[in-house]
Amino acid sequence: MSDRLLLATFEQEDDLLAATSEVRRRGHKIVDVYTPYAVHGLDRAMGLKASRLTWVCFICGMIGALGMLWFEHWVGSVTWPIDVGGKPWNSLPSNVPVAFESAVLLAGFGSVFALLAVSRLFPGKQAHPVIERVTDDRFVLVLDEADAQFDVSQVKAMLMPFNLVELEERVVSAGGTH
Amino acid sequence: MVESEKDLQTPAVPAPSPDEMAKLRPTLITGGKVPADVTRDICTPLERGPTGLWWGAFSLSLTVLTIGVVAVTYQIAMGIGTWGLNRTVGWAFDITNFVFWVGIGHAGTLISAVLFLFRQKWRTSVNRAAEAMTLFAVVCAGLFPVIHMGRPWLAFWMAPYPNMRGSLWVNFKSPLLWDVFAISTYLLISAVFWYVGLIPDLATIRDRSKPGLRKRLSGLFSLGWNGSARTWHRYETVYLLLAGIATPLVFSVHTIVSMDFATAVIPGWHTTIFPPYFVAGAIFSGLAMVLTLMIIARKVMQLENYITVLHIERMCKLMLSMGCIVGLAYGTEFFIAAFSGNPYEQFVFFNRALGPFSWAYWTMVSCNVLVPQVLWFRPIRRNIVLVFVVSIFVNIGMWFERFVIIVTSLHRDFLPSSWADYTPTTVEVATLLGSFGLFFTLFLLFCRFIPVIAIAEVKGVLEKPRRDLKHDSAQGDAA
Repeated sequence: MSDRLLLATFEQEDDLLAATSEVRRRGHKIVDVYTPYAVHGLDRAMGLKASRLTWVCFICGMIGALGMLWFEHWVGSVTWPIDVGGKPWNSLPSNVPVAFESAVLLAGFGSVFALLAVSRLFPGKQAHPVIERVTDDRFVLVLDEADAQFDVSQVKAMLMPFNLVELEERVVSAGGTH
Repeated sequence: MVESEKDLQTPAVPAPSPDEMAKLRPTLITGGKVPADVTRDICTPLERGPTGLWWGAFSLSLTVLTIGVVAVTYQIAMGIGTWGLNRTVGWAFDITNFVFWVGIGHAGTLISAVLFLFRQKWRTSVNRAAEAMTLFAVVCAGLFPVIHMGRPWLAFWMAPYPNMRGSLWVNFKSPLLWDVFAISTYLLISAVFWYVGLIPDLATIRDRSKPGLRKRLSGLFSLGWNGSARTWHRYETVYLLLAGIATPLVFSVHTIVSMDFATAVIPGWHTTIFPPYFVAGAIFSGLAMVLTLMIIARKVMQLENYITVLHIERMCKLMLSMGCIVGLAYGTEFFIAAFSGNPYEQFVFFNRALGPFSWAYWTMVSCNVLVPQVLWFRPIRRNIVLVFVVSIFVNIGMWFERFVIIVTSLHRDFLPSSWADYTPTTVEVATLLGSFGLFFTLFLLFCRFIPVIAIAEVKGVLEKPRRDLKHDSAQGDAA
């Protein structure tokens, strides 16, 4: 990624969606898009792949369920067997509810912590919104000017019909995106 | 970036629906709001000082909470002999309150998770407050079994932990232990679900606040959120996952609560209808509480454009359908008792309707089955005052439902020699009041410091303004 970014600001999600598709169709590199709310269809317009966090959820859930089933088995039939209504020591049906709850607990916490880790969100992190109004009512499309053929005036002409509100060039220091 | 031909050709924006179709869809948020209005409308009340009305309500709740704290302190110091329980009626007020509060919580999860899976966009206006209600109701519920132990400082014995008392473990075959796991999982998952939904809104508050404590705190808890679409993409995935796991969770919680009763051999408890009956009852009571709170909140916080008559009406429809399921369950219980040929079962239901606690039974039937029937009529569903009155009736009726199930089933034992009566003591009534005090204190603090409406979600369901010609032609060119 070069150190020159182009920030295109829009007022409406429809404009942003159409502009993003168009920019991508023309082969420009989209660094990121910043929106005040989850814009449906934006992932497809940007060409984002489906998140793999579903796997984290599944695996954590399985660990929760199987781990707890094993623990209940060990408690109920190995280390502290007690007779409850003449049921077998390792009575699977009575072990299901707690195993289910533990699956849900681990799946939920696992996926949330994975989300925070993958997105690098943590308490006290300094936020640098691209523009302040991005958490209010503005949509910002950030393009990378890496390409030698990247011509700002041409891109501007391309984005104008999508009710472009503002176009800003920004030079960033190495590592940061804003 | 790897992309297939097909992917490139697929237009990202669906063709705009014809105007005729759009007209049929009711407006969710009225007043022609744009995103900036939503931010302003929801954040401004938090930035201003509290109103006199808020202080009034808060001091009242805090007073009631104090009464509860005094009562609980007294009963812990003196022992649960301060309650009206006896050897026959071993569970009464305390467990009634527990089941009542757990039930209240269920509507919050229904609105935030189940309606999310069903893509009901109207939920966005109420889900934040309904989830907060869930959280506070479960906190209230969790207190009761702990108080009920009599020695709450030993509550940690419920957890399976390695200990020095030989190889002594909790009994995983007991529904009471399942309940410990169900309620604590429910509390934790509801809290996480609520917090994850809050992160983008906290970032909105952070970015509009002047430097100071508010900006620092919202900055700390918004975790550096910057609205990146890549993060939103993952966030939506996790939100869907949480909704997906919270849905079976909420059904499991009240199912397990019902098993506390259903696995016992007490006539009136020992029935297979209990899990669905309890889940429907829980959602029913929770919706009544959501309506009570929302009708007050929309008026006090001037949210009439966000929580519209449409929202109230839809919640009424849900409440009516749940009320009918509950009514059907009451009828089924009687039918099965009559049909079972079991004299103990038959006696319990006969005694429920005509015995010493028949007043409680008929209060329950009138409040839960008869009163909600008025909601079949559209003008009543759209009359805020009447809906409020109905919701209060249902709240009362659902508290009595748990009282009826617990006390009437217990007070006439298998042995007539052990039959007993039950009257709650002042301490028990004060504890119930105190739980309401706690609930409303927490809810009022929530209204004061946290956006009561999910700002980022509501922005997504606003009506889109008509596109102008310039834009449409550009789309045509692109295609």
